[in-house]
Amino acid sequence: MSTKIFVPIDSTALALGADKVAKAIADEAAQRGADVQIVRNGSRGMAWLEPLVEVETEHGRIAYGPVRAKDVTELFDHDFLQGKHHRLCHGLTEHIPFFAGQERLTFARVGLTDPLCLDDYAARGGWEGLNRAAALSAADIVKQVTDSGLRGRGGAAFPTGIKWNTVLGAQAAQKYIVCNADEGDSGTFSDRMLMEGDPYVLIEGMAIAGLAVGATQGYIYLRSEYPHAFKTLKAAIGKARAAGFLGRDADHSGRNFELEVRLGAGAYICGEETALLESLEGKRGVVRAKPPLPALKGLFGQPTVVNNVMTLASVPIIMAKGAAFYRDYGMGRSHGTLPFQLAGNLRHTGLVEKAFGLTLRELLYDYGGGSASGRPIRAVQVGGPLGAYVPESQFDTPLDYESFAAMGAMVGHGGIVAFDDMVDMAAQARYAMEFCAAESCGKCTPCRIGSTRGTEVIDRIIAGEERPRNVALLKSLCDTMTAGSLCAHGGMTPFPVLSALRHFPGDFGIADTDSQAA
Amino acid sequence: MNAIDPQAQIQAIIDAHSGLPGAMLPILHGLQDALGHIPETAIPLIAKALNVSRAEVHGVVSFYHHFRTEPSGRRIVEVCRAESCQAMGAAKLEAHAKAILGTDWHGTSPDGAFTLEPVYCLGQCACSPAIRIGDEVHGRVSCERFDEIIADARSEA
Repeated sequence: MSTKIFVPIDSTALALGADKVAKAIADEAAQRGADVQIVRNGSRGMAWLEPLVEVETEHGRIAYGPVRAKDVTELFDHDFLQGKHHRLCHGLTEHIPFFAGQERLTFARVGLTDPLCLDDYAARGGWEGLNRAAALSAADIVKQVTDSGLRGRGGAAFPTGIKWNTVLGAQAAQKYIVCNADEGDSGTFSDRMLMEGDPYVLIEGMAIAGLAVGATQGYIYLRSEYPHAFKTLKAAIGKARAAGFLGRDADHSGRNFELEVRLGAGAYICGEETALLESLEGKRGVVRAKPPLPALKGLFGQPTVVNNVMTLASVPIIMAKGAAFYRDYGMGRSHGTLPFQLAGNLRHTGLVEKAFGLTLRELLYDYGGGSASGRPIRAVQVGGPLGAYVPESQFDTPLDYESFAAMGAMVGHGGIVAFDDMVDMAAQARYAMEFCAAESCGKCTPCRIGSTRGTEVIDRIIAGEERPRNVALLKSLCDTMTAGSLCAHGGMTPFPVLSALRHFPGDFGIADTDSQAA
Repeated sequence: MNAIDPQAQIQAIIDAHSGLPGAMLPILHGLQDALGHIPETAIPLIAKALNVSRAEVHGVVSFYHHFRTEPSGRRIVEVCRAESCQAMGAAKLEAHAKAILGTDWHGTSPDGAFTLEPVYCLGQCACSPAIRIGDEVHGRVSCERFDEIIADARSEA
């Protein structure tokens, strides 16, 4: 009987040489006459062990990693096909502490299967949510999603059911489902991992959304920086359509739902929902004023659901297992789980899906294993380039939307970037302004001009020119950007800037009291 | 070999996409994938096909970082400058890349082999620092590893 060997096809694994490892295993097996079947699966999310090779045994899947092509001969010599011990062996994959402690709902299948295999998807609970939805009225689907407590996972955390209900109630001949897959925040990669590792769950979530609001056309707006996800999605959409889950009678619902993936073109601002819609329409990615809400006047002026990948991919399990099942995870008004992404200077980087409510310290040390450099972790940016820098004194705050908002930070898309004590926080604050300037759409003045003036003011503070006056000016400028910007791009750039200034004034050459006084 | 009329090739790419709703970006991607950049001569043809002004087409092309109006080197090397990569030494890698390739951002190496571009996140934050060459991504890229990758790419080019 042939032995199943899993070598991930996720782009992080590929970036670390997974293709060469797969080829080396195939060559070595052929040479030895070993009967192996190599499956290219998604990633288990333990990036520090990638390429993570798994061997299926009677006891379960045994993990070896990080495997390089030159390790393969030695692995065969050590009988890894029987799951025997080797210095790269970590035992059963699902017993690795990083993995064992997780609560995987949205990522339940990612890493287990060949991402494009429809049989695997169906065998592991795929399409159950859509099958249930196809038998329900639109209003009942929306009610399930509302009752689950699911909130927008892109960062704004708006209740998904309420948004869907608005679109359901809008009268129009054409409605749209748009998936925001423009995952531009540094430190975030959960959307990418899911699209590369379990694309059908996103397709299923979008089809359910279509049935729920009466939309017949969906678009996935994917960033051009994700070429692997693009190929996977295109292939998956084709296969799902051929199997009848998309098209004129989507999943025998009697209703039509079509889906297409479109590529962005390297503009961070197109992650903002109205800029994304402009871009999909073929225009410059310039932010629209709200109202009107996209739910009423969205793509091509029609009622449109715009949701993040994680939001839509969480819908199938809610429909399959019921609203209460999902709602029971989490704390306060943050229901369900969030796939956190551990990035930057950590020993164990990767994806940790957990219910809301654990602390940053647990993520950084229990899961992340502390810094990769071995130096103390000094600052952590949570929620992307527009998220606050969190100092060690706040590492025990529970990760839920409200607790983070209360301390002037945000959970956002769950990206967590750790910095050790070599970081210069004044330089990070300057970078935040520089990035804002580079990626501003240019429509509103606080963002377009404010970001450039902000960079200059921080330069003067760093250079020691009239520091108290320039610190006061920087705070005033940030106030203008927060209150006066049209969207979160200019409106939230002050988060990283002011948090760096508040918690690390010494890096700006000012004593603690100066930064408080201004 | 018959020389393909470049304007006819451009028109064929435009025609292949112009029926799509919001066809502008698919057309521009199609042109850049085929030609390596968006030639000036394509602008009036796109404007005509989509019934918009040339200024509007120019506005879209110039808005997006991905689109270029001049030919690049044979391969485009993108080095990530975003926070996760910064936390893992991207600044050192950026300086090294500029020195090895002999060019600043947006420039091309003297031998015409590589154009160097900054990129703000490749979604490889769990194996920072990261770079991309064409559709290949590479993670945990030390300066030494960068040199190996460039040497490999040079031999393929």
